[in-house]
Amino acid sequence: MSVESIHIPAAREQRPADAPVWQVRVGTRLSRFAAVAGIALIVALAALPAIASRNLIQDLIFVFTMLTLAQLWNVLAGWGGLVSVGQQAFVGLGAYALFAGIVMAGLDPVAAISLAGLFAALVAAVLGPLLFRLEGPYFAIGSWVAAEALRLICAQFKSLGGGTGMSISPGELSQMVGLKMVQALLGLRPAAARDVLVYWLALLLAVLVTLGIYAFMRSHHGLALAASRDNAAAARSVGVRTARTRYVLWIAVAFATGMVGAVVYLQKARISPDAAFSVTDWTAYVIFIVVIGGVRTIEGPMVGVLLLWGLVTYLAQFGSLYLVVLGTLAILIMLFMPTGVWGAAARRWQLQLFPTQRWLGRSESSPTPL
Amino acid sequence: MSGFDTIIEGVLLGGVYALFALGLSLIFGIMRLVNLAHGDLILFAAYLVLSATIALGLPLAVASLLVVITMFVLGFVLQRLVLERVLGDDILPPLLVTFGLSVVIQNGLLLGYGADSRRLQAGAFESSSVVLAPGLSVGLAPLTALVTAVAAVALLQLIFYRTSLGRAFRATADNPAIAQLMGVNERNVYAIAVGLSLAVSVIAAVVLGIRASFDPSIGPARLLYAFEAVIIGGLGSLWGTLAGGIVLGLAQAIGGRINPEWQILAGHLAFLVVLMVRPRGLFPARRT
Repeated sequence: MSVESIHIPAAREQRPADAPVWQVRVGTRLSRFAAVAGIALIVALAALPAIASRNLIQDLIFVFTMLTLAQLWNVLAGWGGLVSVGQQAFVGLGAYALFAGIVMAGLDPVAAISLAGLFAALVAAVLGPLLFRLEGPYFAIGSWVAAEALRLICAQFKSLGGGTGMSISPGELSQMVGLKMVQALLGLRPAAARDVLVYWLALLLAVLVTLGIYAFMRSHHGLALAASRDNAAAARSVGVRTARTRYVLWIAVAFATGMVGAVVYLQKARISPDAAFSVTDWTAYVIFIVVIGGVRTIEGPMVGVLLLWGLVTYLAQFGSLYLVVLGTLAILIMLFMPTGVWGAAARRWQLQLFPTQRWLGRSESSPTPL
Repeated sequence: MSGFDTIIEGVLLGGVYALFALGLSLIFGIMRLVNLAHGDLILFAAYLVLSATIALGLPLAVASLLVVITMFVLGFVLQRLVLERVLGDDILPPLLVTFGLSVVIQNGLLLGYGADSRRLQAGAFESSSVVLAPGLSVGLAPLTALVTAVAAVALLQLIFYRTSLGRAFRATADNPAIAQLMGVNERNVYAIAVGLSLAVSVIAAVVLGIRASFDPSIGPARLLYAFEAVIIGGLGSLWGTLAGGIVLGLAQAIGGRINPEWQILAGHLAFLVVLMVRPRGLFPARRT
């Protein structure tokens, strides 16, 4: 059910002719403009490989995949209250499922990506009931333990390189669906064409996940989710099935996270348990993106990922120092600007590009905040 | 005797895990705060002791005492300046702040000390052993670790149930608002709790540093072992945490005996099995 505009009819016979009609609204004038600009941006980004350097394409693959992970963590932890520190589990599982699909089953990489998502979702479905026994903050460490256990289990598969990992040879990827077409279209060598293909997949995932979360948060399911987080007992009392809502969200997020993992490792073409299940790469950065950008907004992760990209360019060469700076920044923002950079800007200038809050307004006047 | 050896090894290892877990259990019990930086703070303490023994040339015992005081003050200040601001109904801010702290400490240690493995030097103590029975000798260091763990639990129990500070802890844990009405300074109680948690962690750090070499990257794993010990033992019981540590140590020792690669995994799986079979832990506190 969309809540773009729910009509709340006053009882007809009691209403005087000139009484205002009240409507719950979500959209704003700016958000409708943002939708048009967003479509233009996506089209431009899709066409970018025609002119961009390979470096920029690889940078943008990083931006899109991190953005997708950040959006997914934001909906899980921010809106859903399931503060997982173990999302690297599903990145790793997706990556390993991709490699297993290509190396052991001889699947096409693009087909293996959705399979990787399904595999991650399956494991999430099994783990969920166990981890959900841990209340609130203990769920965070519990999910981390689960991720560590899965890393150690993946390291046991000798046919996938065991503890040291393995690479896929370019030859095995040269028959990938669509690769020949991209080569012919853009006149690229196979390795560069593979980057472009991965770039489009990453862009597609980022757009689908962002729009999916946006639609979800504007639906009554999103409202149910936020209610479950804020007060589970009260939510249940008005008929929200809190446990089921969270369980379905957990599995859906794992599905998409697994696909992101597969896309990332399709580009890297080299996997190891320590890298694929890295808490720093797939959870710490993601959390920092969301915290710095602004938790519980769709725009926050976008702002956060751009800031992270900027910081990477200047600070990544310093290694550990980079993480010290990022971590300190995240702590300071949590302490003094808990709604993040976007949250603060949105409040100051009344910006809502992807509004998820509901406004009550008269039908003839422009919506005003409650 | 190999099976018996494994059991003794597991029990002794469990003592170390219980020491990791005590500080975590303490502040969760009193203020419902899960400190994701707990493992890295243990590592930080170990490096402080290392610096005090090497740079200042202090004996290990003196250095440890000095670091216990330092970490208590640090914990107090950390609560007052940072954690206090984010504690509340929303579980997200404290988790994110302590997670950020974990990343900052781990990478700060990497910057300061490098990635090399280090060890605390305890002289002859490290390698000496005691004969418990004919044909059965146990390393003095691991045995001391277990005895220390038992002593630490006993001491904390004493503080909790026999002192006015303990009464303030328990009252604040039960109901902070009413404890305040009765004249308990909630802010101080919380700050002392975090300080005590870090002070206890120094004991864990020293035991860790004597038993095995350490490097900045192993902090998060210590957090996970500590957490597993708490959950296996059952929330709200310090003796349960000790038992949980021993169960975890046994699982790791048995797994490691079957295949060295399975040692850590066996511990994680034991945790997941306990969660499946007895979600409230093996020895949960009687009152809920």
